[in-house]
Amino acid sequence: MAAPITAAAVTALAEGTPLPSVSPEAYVPSRGYWRHVGHKLSRDPVALAAAAVILLVVGVALFSPWITPMDPYKGSMLRRLRPIGDSTYWLGSDELGRDMLSRLMVGGRLSLFMGVTPVLIAFVVGSSLGILAGYAGGWINTILMRTIDVFFAFPSVLLAIALSGALGAGIFNAIVSLTCVFVPQIARVAESVTTQIRARDYVDAAKLSGASAFTIVRVQVLGNVLGPIFVYATSLISVSMILASGLSFLGLGVRPPEPEWGLMLNTLRTAIYVNPMVAALPGFAIFIVSISFNLFSDGLRSAMEIRQ
Amino acid sequence: MSVGVIDPRDRGGPAQPLLSVTDLVKHFPIRKGFGEKKGRAVRAVDGVSFEALKGETLGIVGESGCGKSTTARLLMGLTERDSGDILFDGESVGGRALPWRSFRRQTQMVFQDSYASLNPRMTIEASISFGPRVNGIGAREAAERSRGLLARVGLEPKRFGGRYPHELSGGQRQRVNIARALALEPRLIVLDEAVSALDKSVEAQVLNLLLDLKQEFGLTYLFISHDLNVVRFICDRVMVMYLGRVAEIGPADTVLSRPSHPYTEALLASMPSLDPDRRTQEALLAGDPPNPIDPPPGCRFHPRCRIAEAVCAETEPPLDPVAPAHRAACLARQPNSGHSLSVARAA
Repeated sequence: MAAPITAAAVTALAEGTPLPSVSPEAYVPSRGYWRHVGHKLSRDPVALAAAAVILLVVGVALFSPWITPMDPYKGSMLRRLRPIGDSTYWLGSDELGRDMLSRLMVGGRLSLFMGVTPVLIAFVVGSSLGILAGYAGGWINTILMRTIDVFFAFPSVLLAIALSGALGAGIFNAIVSLTCVFVPQIARVAESVTTQIRARDYVDAAKLSGASAFTIVRVQVLGNVLGPIFVYATSLISVSMILASGLSFLGLGVRPPEPEWGLMLNTLRTAIYVNPMVAALPGFAIFIVSISFNLFSDGLRSAMEIRQ
Repeated sequence: MSVGVIDPRDRGGPAQPLLSVTDLVKHFPIRKGFGEKKGRAVRAVDGVSFEALKGETLGIVGESGCGKSTTARLLMGLTERDSGDILFDGESVGGRALPWRSFRRQTQMVFQDSYASLNPRMTIEASISFGPRVNGIGAREAAERSRGLLARVGLEPKRFGGRYPHELSGGQRQRVNIARALALEPRLIVLDEAVSALDKSVEAQVLNLLLDLKQEFGLTYLFISHDLNVVRFICDRVMVMYLGRVAEIGPADTVLSRPSHPYTEALLASMPSLDPDRRTQEALLAGDPPNPIDPPPGCRFHPRCRIAEAVCAETEPPLDPVAPAHRAACLARQPNSGHSLSVARAA
């Protein structure tokens, strides 16, 4: 029973014991909410299936060097553009006679990497900017958000291509330019969510308890804004994958002979009249993975909804 | 607070008011229109002065938009005041002797919306212990204090401590908010419409809890409400506000039974009575209060006042004593003011 403790605490309060002045230490918020989200997600078959597909693709991509049936770089001039279902090449072969299945497996590494990395960096940078702007308000908000608005003048595809073109081809530059595309989008969502939360009474109550702005953001605001921003960011992964593939297709991202889904789509496009099914395979892979990310983020959003 | 016992936190002695407010002003500027030279402003609080004595419950009443809540937010520093002085136990709030941080530790607030004032992602125990934690109390001690307070406000800590705000009823949530306010051992609690959103039966329970807590912890309350019945029940003194100004301030019994300001009279008359013989037939107070952007000249109440005369539109009535400890801002009650009723009294 908690009775003896409570009685002591109340007596202490009644006697007006002054608060001991020890420096504030780290505060650990309760973790019960995330357990609830996990529980809700585990009952959503669509989100679960999407998560399974993502895990499968990530697993295959990660372990591809050890599990590919053939060498993804070794071609054969004699056995080019074999159809799907070939006895040697299960998913056919490409225009240089390389095994499509092996190349798709290895290609997933770069495609996923270029889909996730820019969003991850943009999530950190964009959330920080947006939360700062939203919580600070006033002129800080005006300066940050109007600067960010400039980026919205360009369509994201155009912005990615222009930045990539200016920076030059290469994986690193492609990631930098994609990050620049996503930072403003995430920052804007973060700002609007934070502005809403900042006006809540519990933030006022936290101010009244004498907490510093940093502590209020960390303990009271962060938990309420990161969820919606995270959900939005997950939905950007598919966009990022498609844009990255687009950059590679234009020769601005990954260079041949490195397998990457977008680049494979580019090099195979000449074969579209000869063997359309094989030529469409990388596109199909992009489609499956990006729709899985979208479905998963949808599931996450409904699981994270606050119950009234 | 019982006589003779001196609160150890008390600096200025028991006779020193816990809170003295002088000429508090807050104008919210509105955006300048095209071609307008000078920006106009909503005069939400326009020169409010009052005192809250140690251990009393001071009620603040008035229609919506009269500046009750803004006054509360100005006192707590949630909104920055344009001008005016706030003294807490004799020390200027925000000054060197009493910075905002240490003032806030001694003054807490309970908001009207019990749901919006609790973080939906924190257990109520964590919500209550947040204040002590940021003020340097260890995790275990803060949790203990939080459980002790939950028990004190009538929520069994074992059953409720780990729950989230949405799992509680409105009354229970408001108890949690009261417990949170108490967690920092404040001396003054501002209750901003704290019971207005509750069912009548729950409201009564919470009001009784508030009265008990006041006794037990030696608290002073600033009780903001639009419900005169509740104010009559809980308050020692009442301040009536109209359009950002104080209309009348005095002992609750006197103000609510023999009001000195026609506005208070009208407010009382608009209360529905349970006694069929005393039902009001005609409304003493019609229409909405005037726009606080352009308050009427002279007495702000004169366009709606039943005893208004020409002089009321010219002279702004000062808040002068009409009886011991009872002040009203009405020319009719002030000698030699030029109002016909006033002349009759002075003669």
